[in-house]
Amino acid sequence: MLADYLPSLFEGTLITLSVAGASLTIAAALGLLGAAAKLSRSRALRTAANLYTTVIRGVPDLVLMLLIFYGGQVALNWAAQRLGHEDYIDINPFVAGVATIGFIFGAYLTETFRGALMAIPPGQREAGLAFGMSPARVLIRITLPQMIRLALPGFTNNWLVLVKSTAIVSVIGLSDMMQRAGFAAGATQQPFTFYLAAAGLYLAITTVSLLALNALNRRYSAGVRWAHA
Amino acid sequence: MNMNDIATLTEAPGTPTPALPPQGGGSGTATSAVAKLAVTDIHKRFGAAEVLKGISLTANAGDVISLIGSSGSGKSTFLRCINLLEQPNAGTIALNGETLTLTRDRDGSLKAADAKQLQRLRARVTMVFQHFNLWAHMTALENVIEAPVQVLGLSKDAAIARGEALLARVGVAHRKDHYPAHLSGGEQQRVAIARALAMDPEVMLFDEPTSALDPELVGEVLKVMRDLAREGRTMIVVTHEMGFAREVSNHVVFLHKGLIEEEGDPREVLARPRSERLRQFLAGSLK
Repeated sequence: MLADYLPSLFEGTLITLSVAGASLTIAAALGLLGAAAKLSRSRALRTAANLYTTVIRGVPDLVLMLLIFYGGQVALNWAAQRLGHEDYIDINPFVAGVATIGFIFGAYLTETFRGALMAIPPGQREAGLAFGMSPARVLIRITLPQMIRLALPGFTNNWLVLVKSTAIVSVIGLSDMMQRAGFAAGATQQPFTFYLAAAGLYLAITTVSLLALNALNRRYSAGVRWAHA
Repeated sequence: MNMNDIATLTEAPGTPTPALPPQGGGSGTATSAVAKLAVTDIHKRFGAAEVLKGISLTANAGDVISLIGSSGSGKSTFLRCINLLEQPNAGTIALNGETLTLTRDRDGSLKAADAKQLQRLRARVTMVFQHFNLWAHMTALENVIEAPVQVLGLSKDAAIARGEALLARVGVAHRKDHYPAHLSGGEQQRVAIARALAMDPEVMLFDEPTSALDPELVGEVLKVMRDLAREGRTMIVVTHEMGFAREVSNHVVFLHKGLIEEEGDPREVLARPRSERLRQFLAGSLK
């Protein structure tokens, strides 16, 4: 019985992975921009970034997902009609899901990256400048590598939560792993079997990523003396 | 003690010394004897507090100048103004007769008008910090080759050869693949000195290089600095080590409340201080 639905479940797994991967890319970019804005000299940028992280972190993911998908649809069509566009535009659920999850986790990663940047002693950057490096070179050679190793534990945590959060894209009609498990459960009257299979697949994804990120962490923490040492 | 031997300045293997091409207005001194570093009338305010009230200093090739004074006298701030890690509110800085072009920043302090010119100056006037500031994600050797490769454009192989020779000279060759967190303070500071030497600098700035060290580690760092002075390096050293100021430097400057209170030959100035303040300072510093 399970075997009949396995190909479909695996297809869903691929969709889940693509949603997660694409969202993470957006979230990481937004996180870097947000952290830079929060630490910038400009009051306007700092305020905008604070507004972003406060609102996003204070509203449930599901509510944001529905707001952006349905609200975004309404807003987009209203704007399109005002511009003389006749046909009704459907937002692609994949795009909406990725945009929403990327937007949400961008806020969490903003805090992760900001904390990591603030944990780098000012003397590290100063030494780079004092030896004639340009600010851009200091960023690439000194600040970012140190930020990565300080941000990796928080980043890992966010990635795990992000993977699990992709399950909510099923509510806007995306055929991810979760939705397919739900359909199979309904069709066969065996919810336990299929939700357990889904759980196993999520666990497989997170376990593999944990192993990979731990290996990355070991590479980037060369030379770190941990607090207990 | 001080040989003024310019030839030994380029002892590091590899590339010839890239001179700063003359640019902008030169300082007023005669071309035959241009000072290596001429800093004039530096003023610095932090908010309402004026911590430097017009300090000038000239270093000729081979000079070892000790800046002494109680904490808060402004000596570290002055040193950091020389390479613009602190932005002074007034003053001029010239290296080999080339004056750094300065322009007013929004907060009223001075910043470099030409970022490239400042980077060239900083590559020629390197610094050793009180807290070492070795890059934590790089090994000792990586720390030493980083700026020569990234800033001077030295090939990696040449930089490694130079870096290994310098680490051997400061006595930490066996630690070259260790990260700063796994080195003692004295080892870290010697690596930091090797890092500053790897640029083959015109002038080396030392900002209280032994103040963060355990007492038993001070000696190994001072010995390296003594050797550098002996070979004719031009050095400006902010220090609390009166023994170093007296025996190694050829000029000592005593700062008090943002002004030069007294300066001159250390044997003279430290043995027979003219001002009451320097007398009190020396009495309090024991050595």
